[in-house]
Formats: sequence, C-alpha cells, structure tokens
Amino acid sequence: MTDFFQNTIGLPYGWAWFVATIAGILLIALPLMLAVAMIIYADRKIWAAMALRRGPNVVGPLGLLQSFADGLKVFLQETIIPSSANKGLFLLAPIITFTVALIVWAVVPFQAGVVLSNINVGLLYILAASSLGVYGIILAGWSSNSKYPFYSAIRAAAQMVSYEVSIGFVLIAVVLWAGTFNLSGIVDQQQGHVLGLLNGFGFNPLLFPMAVVFFISSLAETQRAPFDLTEAESELVAGYQTEYSSMAFALYWLGEYANVILMCTLNATLFWGGYLPPIDWAPLYAVPGIIWLFAKILFFFFLFSWVKATVPRYRYDQLMRLGWKIFLPLSLIFVFLISGYLMLTRVGVPA
Amino acid sequence: MIQAIAFYLFATVVILSAAMTITARNPVHSVLWLILAFFNAAGLMVLAGAEFIAMLLVIVYVGAVAVLFLFVVMMLDIDFAELRAGFVRYAMFGLAIALVLLAEVVIGVGAWNAGGVDLASRVAPVDAGTALGSRPNIEAMGLLLYTRYLYIFEAAGFVLLVAMIGAIVLTHRQRGGVLKQNVSRQINRRQKDATRMVNQPVGQGVEL
Repeated sequence: MTDFFQNTIGLPYGWAWFVATIAGILLIALPLMLAVAMIIYADRKIWAAMALRRGPNVVGPLGLLQSFADGLKVFLQETIIPSSANKGLFLLAPIITFTVALIVWAVVPFQAGVVLSNINVGLLYILAASSLGVYGIILAGWSSNSKYPFYSAIRAAAQMVSYEVSIGFVLIAVVLWAGTFNLSGIVDQQQGHVLGLLNGFGFNPLLFPMAVVFFISSLAETQRAPFDLTEAESELVAGYQTEYSSMAFALYWLGEYANVILMCTLNATLFWGGYLPPIDWAPLYAVPGIIWLFAKILFFFFLFSWVKATVPRYRYDQLMRLGWKIFLPLSLIFVFLISGYLMLTRVGVPA
Repeated sequence: MIQAIAFYLFATVVILSAAMTITARNPVHSVLWLILAFFNAAGLMVLAGAEFIAMLLVIVYVGAVAVLFLFVVMMLDIDFAELRAGFVRYAMFGLAIALVLLAEVVIGVGAWNAGGVDLASRVAPVDAGTALGSRPNIEAMGLLLYTRYLYIFEAAGFVLLVAMIGAIVLTHRQRGGVLKQNVSRQINRRQKDATRMVNQPVGQGVEL
C-alpha cells in the first residue's frame, strides 16, 4: 500500500508510509467493529436456536440491527462513576481492555502477504499483548472499590495467568514444528502438512491434542462459558464490570467479543491452515484466502457458542485443576514428544 | 527522525515512571507505574533491534511478575504512615547506596570511553548472517545459549528449579480433615451402591 501512495499519488516515502499504515489500521479496525456487532447477534441467535427460542428478531430485518440498537442505547446512557472509585484507573481499565483487543490484530495474516505488520516475533507479540489483557480486568475490579468486582478481578487474574502457561507450551509445540515465530510463516508451513494433502497442523496426530488443548484454553482465556467464573451472575452480580455503565461498559463488551474473534482466528491460523483451503488441491485455491479464513473463524465461533449454550459452568477448583494438573503436564509431555520426533526426523540421532 | 522521537519519548517515560514508582503514595499506583516503566523499556529494546528481548520483557515481567505483585499489593492492608516513618532513619543508608551506584555509572562510562575492549563480540560472537538477510534475534540467541553457554544456561535452569522446589517445600503443609473430590470414585459410583429399595409394610418403622 505504501507503493500505491508513493507512486500513484506521489507522496514522499515517509508520508506514504504514514498514510498507508493509518489506512491499514482503519481497514482492519472498522470491519472488526462491524464483525463484533454481527458476531454478538450471531451468538444470541445460536443460543436461542439451541434453547428453542427465537432470539433477537425485532430491530431491523431478522433482528440484524439488534446489536447496533444496543450499542446506541448504552451510548446514550449516563456514565456513572462510583464516588469511592479510583477515578483515573476506573476510566483507564476499559480503555486497556479495548485497546489490547485491537492491537493484536496487527500481526494476523488475512491472506498470503496481507498483514499489517509482518514481524519476526509475531507469535510472541500476540502472547505479550494477550498477557496485557488481564490488567483491564484487575484494574476494573480494584478501582471499583466494591466487593464483588474485586473477587471477580482476583479470579480473572489467577485464571488467565494459569491458562497462559499451557497456551505458551502449545505455542512452543507449533513453533517447533513450523520453525518460525512469524504467523505468515507458520501458515505457509502448514501447506500440505499431512501426506502432502491436508493443510493444517491440526490434522497431524501429534499436534491434534495440542489443538484441542489450545481451543479449551482459549475458552478460558476469553472467560467464555464454561470458564466464565469472573461473571458468574449467581455469585458475583456481574463480575468486574458491575460498577460500569454506558460507554465504559460497552468497551468491555466490544473488547470481550473482539478477543473471542481473535482466539477463533488464532485457532484457525495456528492449527487449521489459516488462509489456506483445508485440502491442498489446486481448484480450491481459486477461492480467495480471506474467505477460507473467515469460514474457519465462523466455524470456531460456532463451537464457542455451542459450548456456551450447552456446557454448565465449572467450579473454581475444577478450573484450576484442569489448568494446572491436566493441561500443563499434557502440553509438557507433547512438547517433549514433538521435539523428540523432530529431532529424529530432521536432525537424526547423533551417533 | 521518528526513531529519535520514539527514543526520547520512551526514555523520558521510563525515567518519569520509575520516579513515580518510588514516590507514589498508593502501592497499587506504584506497581502500575512500574508496569509502565517495563513497557517503555520494552519499547527501547525494540528500537535497539532486540525485538525478542522486548517481547520477553512484556510477557515475563508485565504479564506474569507484575500481575503477581499487583495481586499481593492489592490484598495487603498497608498502613502508609508507618511505611514513611523510617524515612529519616534510612536516609543516610540510601544516600550511600546512591553514591555507590553513581560511582559505578561513572566508572562504567569511563571504561566504555576508553574503548578497545570490544567486549560484546568477544563474549558473544554472533554470526550476523548473510548479506541477504540478517539472522533473527531468536536464532542468534539460541545459537549462543545452546552451544557456547550451554552449561551455564543449564545451571541457571537448575537454580530456578531448586528455587521452585524450595518455595513449594517452605509453603506446603499437610492439612487434615480436608474433603477432596475424587472424580473417578464419583463417576464409578452406581445406583445400587447408593440407594436401597425397601418394601416396608405399613405401620412399621423403616430400619435405616
């Protein structure tokens, strides 16, 4: 895009780069916001269908404009700041959540060569940015100066830190196999990965369990059911966002769903071939890569909704048991197995 | 130009937030300023071309260490007045430490000005890669850590393992009378283990 602004419009390089970057950011962020609105609608429709209800069907054709109506409603409400809250941090917390949910998209490849910032340490950048997400929640809980949000913040912090450990090991397994931290590189490595036929690390029997662990951990990382203990309404009112109203509340809402979409995208990109078609067969490449990526994202989002509609909430000790006693040893064993296998096949056994 | 602006921005914010860390009255604010300092230090690392270190700084220090700090500090009930009480008593001691650090900085700058030592390329000789593409940071560090410094690296890992086991041994205590969930026992329990059908004649009590 820099080339376009430099050669066609005739800007000097510095300005062309600047304008191209801003344009790229807007090209990702604005459709993302639209996607969040539609995905909230989809989420509600899927739960409704599973509960034999109709779901939102009043605003707009088939209720398609429901999310926009909700957005407008919270936008017009009054922002209430509790008098005993720590004002600066109280207002900063939703901004952190929302910003962190957006910045990660900078390194996600949408199609071969279509990525805002093709950095070498893409996967580490994602880990770093998602580890920042916890601050939005901790700060909200603490600065609200209220009992239940604080409990929720403590729960959220422990939960996210625990599951990040196993996510880290799963990512190590992927990186070992791909040999790069660059997300486009990881996707390219998956072409014809299994028998030269299937595109995706997930089809590999050694990596499939890791794909499952990653999917479940991403449910925990985004605090979706069955791991939504931070918002367990029967125990904690509304969790860390109890004291929030109006736009601050909406920012949490948007950030949460942007994170959900991001985790779906990561599932698709790291294990199921990202923008590649599932089968390495030439006619399938006629479909643009971004369509395949969207199809995979929607598939994983359907799984997220399905889980939310059907699985009851975990108890907190069960959550911790799953993270530390099952996922952590399992992912460690698989990192060991995978590195051993790669050592055998790529390097050979030293004499 | 943009590098210079970014450098001065990051550097100023690091110094300011470090100062705020020690002067903030509220310990939670202190930790948050510390996080800001870490974050901007990561920015400086990116400018220096060490993107791997920058990401690790954010993941490890901001994502894990500072979260635990925050966790502990938020749950502590601290009397701020008491914390400030010892200020005069420790002022001389603190001043001495500051002087030592200042002297070290002066000596360090002097040694660097003297030049000729070329320490970095002697301690960490890295093949800079071909002319086509420089070697990524991660690869260069991996090569050094797993070849030249393998034993030291493993020893460091061992020290951390000992520390971890030590922490567990120190805090672990057997508690009696705790009811634990045994999942396999729950799943294996059948109806006949738990219930009993009694066909009791009317007018006689049930024997339990």
